[in-house]
Amino acid sequence: MTGDALLAVSDLTAAYGEAEVLFGLSLELHAGEAVAVIGRNGAGKTSTLKRIMGLLPARAGTVRFAGHDITRLAPYRIARLGLGYVPEERRIFTDLTVYENLEVGRRAPQAGRSAWTPERLFALFPNLAAMQGRRASAMSGGEQQMLTIARTLMGNPRAILLDEPSEGLAPVIVEQMAAAINDMKQSGVAVLLCEQNLQFATAICERAYIIERGEIRYCGTTAELAADAGLREQYLTV
Amino acid sequence: MDLPFLVTQSLSGLASASSLFIISCGLTIVFGVTRIVNFAHGSFYMLGAYLAVSIVPRLLDLHYSLPMFLAGIVAAAVVVGLVGVVMEVVLLRRIYRAPELFQLLATFGVVLVIEDLVVTFWGPLDLMGARAPGMRGAVDILGNRFPVYQLFLIGTGVLVLALLWLLMHRTRYGVLVRAATQDREMVGALGVNQAILFTGTLFLGSFLAGLGGALQSPLIAANSHMDIAIIAEAFVVTVIGGMGSVPGAFLAALLIGQLQAFGILIVPKATLVLVFALMAVVLIVKPWGLLGRPEAPATRAAPEGIANLKPFGRVERIAAVLALGVALLLPVFGDAYLVKLGTEILIFALAAFSLNLLLGNGGIVSFGHAAYFGIGAYAAGLLAIRLGMAMLPALMLAPIVAGLFAALFGVFIVRLSGIYLAMLTLAFAQIAYAVAFQWVGLTGGDNGILGIWPPDWASGRTAYYYLVLVFAVAAIAALRHAIYAPFGATLRAARDSAVRADAIGIDVKLYRLAAFALAGAAAGLAGALYAFANGSIDPTLLAIPLSIDMLAMTLAGGIQTVIGPLVGAAAFHTAKDFFMPLTDYWRLLLGLAIIAMVLAAPQGLAGGWARLRSRFSGAPA
Repeated sequence: MTGDALLAVSDLTAAYGEAEVLFGLSLELHAGEAVAVIGRNGAGKTSTLKRIMGLLPARAGTVRFAGHDITRLAPYRIARLGLGYVPEERRIFTDLTVYENLEVGRRAPQAGRSAWTPERLFALFPNLAAMQGRRASAMSGGEQQMLTIARTLMGNPRAILLDEPSEGLAPVIVEQMAAAINDMKQSGVAVLLCEQNLQFATAICERAYIIERGEIRYCGTTAELAADAGLREQYLTV
Repeated sequence: MDLPFLVTQSLSGLASASSLFIISCGLTIVFGVTRIVNFAHGSFYMLGAYLAVSIVPRLLDLHYSLPMFLAGIVAAAVVVGLVGVVMEVVLLRRIYRAPELFQLLATFGVVLVIEDLVVTFWGPLDLMGARAPGMRGAVDILGNRFPVYQLFLIGTGVLVLALLWLLMHRTRYGVLVRAATQDREMVGALGVNQAILFTGTLFLGSFLAGLGGALQSPLIAANSHMDIAIIAEAFVVTVIGGMGSVPGAFLAALLIGQLQAFGILIVPKATLVLVFALMAVVLIVKPWGLLGRPEAPATRAAPEGIANLKPFGRVERIAAVLALGVALLLPVFGDAYLVKLGTEILIFALAAFSLNLLLGNGGIVSFGHAAYFGIGAYAAGLLAIRLGMAMLPALMLAPIVAGLFAALFGVFIVRLSGIYLAMLTLAFAQIAYAVAFQWVGLTGGDNGILGIWPPDWASGRTAYYYLVLVFAVAAIAALRHAIYAPFGATLRAARDSAVRADAIGIDVKLYRLAAFALAGAAAGLAGALYAFANGSIDPTLLAIPLSIDMLAMTLAGGIQTVIGPLVGAAAFHTAKDFFMPLTDYWRLLLGLAIIAMVLAAPQGLAGGWARLRSRFSGAPA
């Protein structure tokens, strides 16, 4: 891989107190690209995203984004550079309305880029359009998941970290979700997707990393991965 | 009671509710966003009153008119808001991630500092503010006279509520504040600079406190005790309304205002008890307040407290024997002053040790431990004076009384956790204080009760010292045994993870209640011993400053260690006894010391010793 990646993670380690979870992890994401990080529960997917976003304290290694060293930056500074984060637990502001949730995420776009507006987002997620004034606590899980993504897009990110957006959703909603994420990708947002669901990842991403026990074990295209039963057997089946 | 009377009574209830709301909503907004209960909020209220006393007359000299009066009130509030900003930037910013105990203590340090500064700046006398031009009279309401200024206060309260609603729902700042109240980390991950959000919130909250104080300045003379009085009331409002909820604060203030306005007709001397009853009823039905929400578990830093419980090693055993030897021989080589100091240290050592059973061992942050010390002291004093009981039976009964009260309050307290629990311990302590203060017939009110002396055989300084030594050492040994016993281990398990302890079949609440009662009884014994040592009791024995002293002792010694609180009590009380007569600025110094301790050495003296030892022995801390 070349050095002009939009997001470049190298030799990253992370820990919760004494318990280390990432051991020298490296990966890259290029502008406009969608890349999956695939692994079992507890492999370190969520920790990877949290460390990139500055939500876990820095230990060793570096994270570079859009030409900046963001290893030790505060989360809000990282977000302002154009890196969006969609957490696994969704973390919707349930006391706020749908529209207010979007307002929290709103940031002016960087020069020369078109801005996401609530109207554009409602086109992307039609379910949300009908419930703009509703309290987020009165939404279904799938609707909340869509709102989290829409909320992050309001910040007009150049790349977005998606943590298991398909988790716990009905198959029909998962399909809608994949379609929406692909639309989003078409508009130029790079995606780093953490997933256990290989099918979902394949529908969105061109490349994939396999993560196990806090280390990258495989790097290739999602097509290769889908074709190699032995690889899947080794790293992904429970 | 006719209708016009009821109407004016209700209106005056509304006026006091309105003031209470303006103050409490600032506290609750600051808590919602920063998760810090700002003790200094009452001090900001006091500052608002003093500033209005200074500013408003000067403006009225320029031009005697209502707009000038209002400008002076707002100016005072703005200055207070700026003081809040300074506090956020200098202090709060460094402790957002600290355990709630340290946050509370640090802001209480600010209370002490401001109190001394106010007395230095404005002097010790009460100062009445200028009255509002054009609002000095009264209007006729259904045939009764009602002060115009009170009507103005009602209107101001409603106006503040309306403006706050607009701010919170119609501005980006307000939306961010509400979002941060729920999940501030996520707000940060969406690109919002929390530092600015927090600073703005501190301005808003402090402004409201200052406004409340300034508005009271024509009614109540500004004095240096109004901070603690108002903060206790504001705490009760936020606890009843639900912490972090502005509408909840409004509702609670309304309820309390009406309850006080009409309660005073039914039970004139027990308005505070009525408020307490209201709080108890609300908390039984809704433990998190009327419009509050449960605190999400694990939003705090890792639990701190006693870890790696080890039996005494050789060094500690020698130190313990030496300490006991010194204690035994103290009257032999020490003068009268040392014996008096030693007596008090033993008493406070027991109190601090009992507090750490809750704090370090149970993870129960009690901010009102003086309540049980005071109840013990009052029980002993009242039994001796009112019933003529002999000292020894009184000393035996007092801890039982204190333990029973601790159990009664504990039933409500152990249902909560974290900061809510701390607030409730404080609220109960204030109730106990209020009863001692208001029930003059029984307790002697502010004057207390004098003449509580030991019988002849124990009346000598040395004899009483040995008596205290026997009681304190026995009680400390018993408590220490409880910490090492399975009972203590169970409490530590519940402290580290209440959910997991619950899942393996431990009745967490029952254990915590037992610990609370036990600690209360031990503190009660300390209080009873203090009553006979001092010869008198008065409400300061139940007051917040003594609770803070106990926390400072415990923390100075280090809550991570079993013995730490004893070391802390000795160090703290010696320092206090030595420095207090030498300076007019004891509170200022104590406040700064507490702040410095929270910022620099949260592990305390004994904790520092443990670290030092592990460094030299090469073992991990």
